[in-house]
Amino acid sequence: MEGLAANADLIVRGFWETLKLLAASGALALVLGTLVGIARVSPIGIMRSSAALWVTTFRNVPLLILLFFTYYALPPIGIDFGFFVMVTMAMGLYTSAFVAEAIRSGINGVGVGQAEAARSIGMPFSLTMSQVVLPQAFRLVVPPMASVFIALTKNTSLAAGFGIAEATFRLSGSLRDFPGDRVVLFLGIAVGYIIIVETISLGATLLERRWRVA
Amino acid sequence: MKFRTTRWAAVAAATVLTLAACGDAGSDSSESGEYDVVENPEFPEGSRMAELAEQGTITIGVKYDQPGIGFRGAGQDAPTGIDPEVGKIIAAELGIAADDIEWVETISDNREPFLQNGTVDLVIASYSITDERRELVGQAGPYYVTGQDLLVAADDDSINGPDDLEGKRVCSVRGSTSIATVEEEYGATPAGFDTYSECNDQLLNGSVDAVTTDGAILLGYAAENPDELRVVGEPFSEERYGIGYSPDAPEMCEFLNETLEQAFSDGRFEQAFDLTLGQSGNEVPEAPELDACPS
Repeated sequence: MEGLAANADLIVRGFWETLKLLAASGALALVLGTLVGIARVSPIGIMRSSAALWVTTFRNVPLLILLFFTYYALPPIGIDFGFFVMVTMAMGLYTSAFVAEAIRSGINGVGVGQAEAARSIGMPFSLTMSQVVLPQAFRLVVPPMASVFIALTKNTSLAAGFGIAEATFRLSGSLRDFPGDRVVLFLGIAVGYIIIVETISLGATLLERRWRVA
Repeated sequence: MKFRTTRWAAVAAATVLTLAACGDAGSDSSESGEYDVVENPEFPEGSRMAELAEQGTITIGVKYDQPGIGFRGAGQDAPTGIDPEVGKIIAAELGIAADDIEWVETISDNREPFLQNGTVDLVIASYSITDERRELVGQAGPYYVTGQDLLVAADDDSINGPDDLEGKRVCSVRGSTSIATVEEEYGATPAGFDTYSECNDQLLNGSVDAVTTDGAILLGYAAENPDELRVVGEPFSEERYGIGYSPDAPEMCEFLNETLEQAFSDGRFEQAFDLTLGQSGNEVPEAPELDACPS
């Protein structure tokens, strides 16, 4: 217990870093992923194939490899934005592929008649998407999207080995100071992650309830 | 078409660079020494020393990523550095030849568990003696005393000691004592990586302002890139490297201390030092005073 109490402020600061990382890479993933998801069903062939390439690339490369690539291949050719942006970039791009696939499954879940009806009253693709299909698709993708962000929360722990002083980094530090409190420290950090993840699930449940078709 | 060719060339170049960065964990100029193996050593019956001498092998945990201290490069059969040399001296006293030592890589986080659950018989891995650690495992020694120092870019004259670290990005291995000291006492922004060689790369990139850990380790890295890196040379802590042994075998302590005393006085430690840390220009230190064994 002593180890947890003595390092409480550092651990809280660590979780704050974790949350910042989650928010930044989550936002990036949501925006990019939605665009890529739409591109995958777009009527333009080149957009569909580039979006498919995007998903194939970022979904299939392990996140750790992406991080290594960002950290050791980009700076030598002059691309270096600092640790936080680099990690956010790698995690955002990686997660965007999963977001895109969730969005696509949501779009496919909206009855084809909806899009046909929109087109029959003269709506172009952009309007069909933004006014008719996406609002219904978002409702369908809340549960898979929650899973994507829960996975992202846990993935942020990889940043501990890439220069970011987040929660898992603080765990290593606390273990060094209090090697005898190993179990308590592991549990304490685990509880922190569980709180974040449960908040995401709760948010998802609320959204689902709110967006439920009356 | 031309645009696409250039783009693929850039991707290919970046890939090669990544592979190069991953493959090269640094190099080490340390050499390996040989020590006379005691034949049929005698130990009290039932002691761990007798057991080890009987089975003829010993498992020793060392670092694999610290040039001069404990390092194992790609293609090397056995690790080199002062820690493996000390391990060989101790094994020799147990009647175990260097070839019969089983080396296991330990990182900072797993040294206590490895000793507690018997994965290794000894930990000789730049293992600083602390009171917290001594509550969990045994630590004999110290056999080497060093201090925390800073490695900076050769052309960076803004850092000349720990007091200049306020707000600077300082890299070290996560979970190390060094990274806590610079953050808590000198206000640096900690940047944790998994190995010192990654920190070294980040410093060469300019992504961090300094790398901190024990001076002996930093000298090894500075020696690899003397034009680009320098060690500040103002040690600001005292790290006493000890030998970790299982808490179930307290009788090991006297044996380890006696072996160290002998190695200090008959020149074997000096020989080990010259072959390893001495290669990057370090002077052989005076033999440190050993802590008394807990009775």
